[in-house]
Amino acid sequence: MKIIIIGAGKVGATLAEHLSHEGHEITVVDARADVLRAVGERLDVMTVEGSGASFETLQEAGIESANLLITVTGADELNLLTCLIGRKMGNCETIARVRSPEHSMMLPQLRYELGLSMSVNPEQDCATEMLRVLRVPSAIHVDTLARGRVELLKFHVDSTSPLVDLKLAELGRFRTKVLVCGVERGDQVIIPDGDFIIRAGDLLSIVGASSETAVFFKAIGIATNPVKSVIIAGGGRIAFYLAKQLLSGGISVKIIEQDRARCEQLSEQLPKAQIIHGDATDQQLLLECGVRNVDAFVATTGINEENIFMSLYVRSISKAKVLTKLNRSGFENIIATLNLGSIFYPRYIAAERILQYVRGKEASRSSSIETLLKILNNQAEALEFGVTSQSEVTGVPLMQLKLRKNLLISAINRNGKIIIPSGQDCIEPGDTVVVVTTERLTKLTDIRG
Amino acid sequence: MNKRLVLYVLGLILLVAAALMVLPIIVAIIYREKSGYAFLWAIGAALILGLPMVLQRPGNHTIYAREGYVAVALSWVFLSLVGAMPFTISGYIPNYLDAVFETVSGFTTTGSSILTNVEVLPHCLLFWRSFTHLIGGMGILVFMLALVPLAGGDSIFLLRAESPGPAVSKVVPKMRTTSLILYGIYFGMTALLVILLLLGGMPLFDSLCHAFGAAGTGGFGIKADCMASYNAYCQTVITIFMALFGINFNFYAFLLFRRFKMAFHISEVWTYIAIILLAILVITANIAKQYPSVFQALHHAAFSVSSIITTTGYVTENFDLWPELSRIILVCLMVIGSCAGSTGGGIKVSRCIILAKSCRREVMFLLNPRSVKVVMMDGKRVPDNTIRGVYGYCTAYVLILVASLLVVALDNFDFTTTVTAVFTTLNNVGPGLNLVGPVGNFSAFSALSKIVICFDMLIGRLEIFPIVVLFMPSTWRKHS
Repeated sequence: MKIIIIGAGKVGATLAEHLSHEGHEITVVDARADVLRAVGERLDVMTVEGSGASFETLQEAGIESANLLITVTGADELNLLTCLIGRKMGNCETIARVRSPEHSMMLPQLRYELGLSMSVNPEQDCATEMLRVLRVPSAIHVDTLARGRVELLKFHVDSTSPLVDLKLAELGRFRTKVLVCGVERGDQVIIPDGDFIIRAGDLLSIVGASSETAVFFKAIGIATNPVKSVIIAGGGRIAFYLAKQLLSGGISVKIIEQDRARCEQLSEQLPKAQIIHGDATDQQLLLECGVRNVDAFVATTGINEENIFMSLYVRSISKAKVLTKLNRSGFENIIATLNLGSIFYPRYIAAERILQYVRGKEASRSSSIETLLKILNNQAEALEFGVTSQSEVTGVPLMQLKLRKNLLISAINRNGKIIIPSGQDCIEPGDTVVVVTTERLTKLTDIRG
Repeated sequence: MNKRLVLYVLGLILLVAAALMVLPIIVAIIYREKSGYAFLWAIGAALILGLPMVLQRPGNHTIYAREGYVAVALSWVFLSLVGAMPFTISGYIPNYLDAVFETVSGFTTTGSSILTNVEVLPHCLLFWRSFTHLIGGMGILVFMLALVPLAGGDSIFLLRAESPGPAVSKVVPKMRTTSLILYGIYFGMTALLVILLLLGGMPLFDSLCHAFGAAGTGGFGIKADCMASYNAYCQTVITIFMALFGINFNFYAFLLFRRFKMAFHISEVWTYIAIILLAILVITANIAKQYPSVFQALHHAAFSVSSIITTTGYVTENFDLWPELSRIILVCLMVIGSCAGSTGGGIKVSRCIILAKSCRREVMFLLNPRSVKVVMMDGKRVPDNTIRGVYGYCTAYVLILVASLLVVALDNFDFTTTVTAVFTTLNNVGPGLNLVGPVGNFSAFSALSKIVICFDMLIGRLEIFPIVVLFMPSTWRKHS
């Protein structure tokens, strides 16, 4: 696809990098020459200097033949205006980043008038992601498939877990219907079969119906008590969005914020929350706020180092679930070795949503792929196929199909009922099938070896 | 530095060289020439050298600036060393250094020769000599990457190291598609030229060789008198096409995509055409007395100007016999050269424009010390680091020029010969004046001078820095 990205900041550069590597033709537009040059030197993309809202710039970037326009500059108004102009000039879909609460509230009404295919709000998306992790304790990362009916959860196996040294075939003893669909061990990514043995330190990815996964976690002894109280360090936009959703679920929220005026503003917008004016990096203050007994701690200040140290400290003194927001990437392998709990990069979350949209669009042009999710550290894909007609793979028990290596049929959605398939199950027309694989598939019949 | 990756790229280049040498073998078969065996030996040598390099795949495919420059520079050196083998093996150029000179001159699209009489060469060697121009014209490495992309790695640094001009510009976002489009235009125009020459009654073999020479702006002829014995129609077609191959290829790409506004916005193209017309006008007036009619003077002036500014170096007339003004104009044209992003050499018109404009800015600044002015080109601001790059380029150009002059001067030829020999090779033109003039050649130079001139040709084609990087000790140091 021909894609124009307006804004070469954090999100824009991340998007350009991934989309360009996936083979799309990318043109990046930015008014700042130095930022643009850095992108142009690192990536195989075309760069155009200028404002996205200018007619000439868009024309030079080739808006007439573009399929998609993504506006991710720092200014909401510019993003929306550019999408509007772009849509008038060319025949493309548009995605805009809109981050201020005032603008994003009105978006659902205005999306049609503005011709937006999608809007992203990194802070809000990050908050939603955090909420999902808070809802499912101990799962490090949650994704959903089949319109939310199937959950893909990634969690860490520690040495005390009953799963250690267990063969996957013996997983049935927990009497739950979940499937281990991928394992990350060090740098290795494995799509396991029944003989695979789980070791301490593995990152397991499991698939299951939302109701089943909770049972599974209970069975392996991971407490599933829902979070009841949360402390948020830093009162930025993420804190606001997260607190708002937590409060509406009846969870008690404490926000620690340094700036007096911002505290007052938050207290006005979130009357049910407890706002504390102070420096969250002050250990004494954290203890005063009851960090030892809280269920979850979220570090969302604007400074990476502060967030890292706070999270490490809280981990060392309490059993609270810890969520850490990081702004800048870099040193990711070092950060991964720290015990920081779940880590969130707002830029990646926003970029990932757009990437999913583009992949889905691209996939639906050529095949019956409904959604495509990059999982297991981007080294494998979870694909959802719609089965429209009879073929060689339908109506045959799975054990009789000769499947490819490194491939697992993880879930079948039959009229809204989620089946975690065993060897006796068959794929039928009308199903949607979730396949996890490290190979490249373009259609369902590719699953045969 | 990732040495295994550089070796891998070099190995690939050797395999490509081996594949390309199949063509002259076909020519040898058609003309039943025994010299064809020389190419078999050369292919064998290329395969023996190249295969082990390619079979050892590097684990890490990332190319940084350093790897890019080194890989490009060494590729051209290796290519020339292998390409020279057939000349020596067949015995037509017994001295291997002379053969390397001839091949470097071919790949860098210079067209300077050490042969006193080219007509004794068999067809397959003549074909290979001209074919090196076609290969060298657009750059072999980018062509190879367009066909076999390095898995996973970003090869943008290779493109930057090989493509001529102050800044790399793309026509479409993907580098690979860009180079495929540009090669399509290149081969398309070459084919068109062959057809037009055939229509003018030129034999097929001659048409092919001359079209290759014009397309790559090389200039190896296959006759002792170069182009003089062909009819006026063929000479005019060559004149026009030489000038066309000196134009920035982005211009054609934009025309092809019907983005006329973008195409006509490239001021370099217009400056280039203006320079050509002005030079033709002055030279015609200057030489009119030597010819029976003004039209004949115009014809030869146009041919020579087009041939020299594009750094091709074909000749119809011995311009060494023209008045001093015309000769000096031609030497100036050598230095200016053609457009960036074309197949020609020289400093490039766009660099000259930037130099002239920033020079004007400096003068303005002297008169009005508080004035602020940015250098504009094609309706856009030229970034300061581009200007700095041009300054650096020109400084390096002058330094290398002086150093080469000092070495070549050891041979004790007259001033004009020494100076124009270096000028013509550093700018990839071909003929100079006096001893190295249109009817002369480079055979009289000493071995040392020939080596220096070989490097001058490579430096000129690769725009100085890749070759200079090869000689920097810090390039090869482990920690730097």
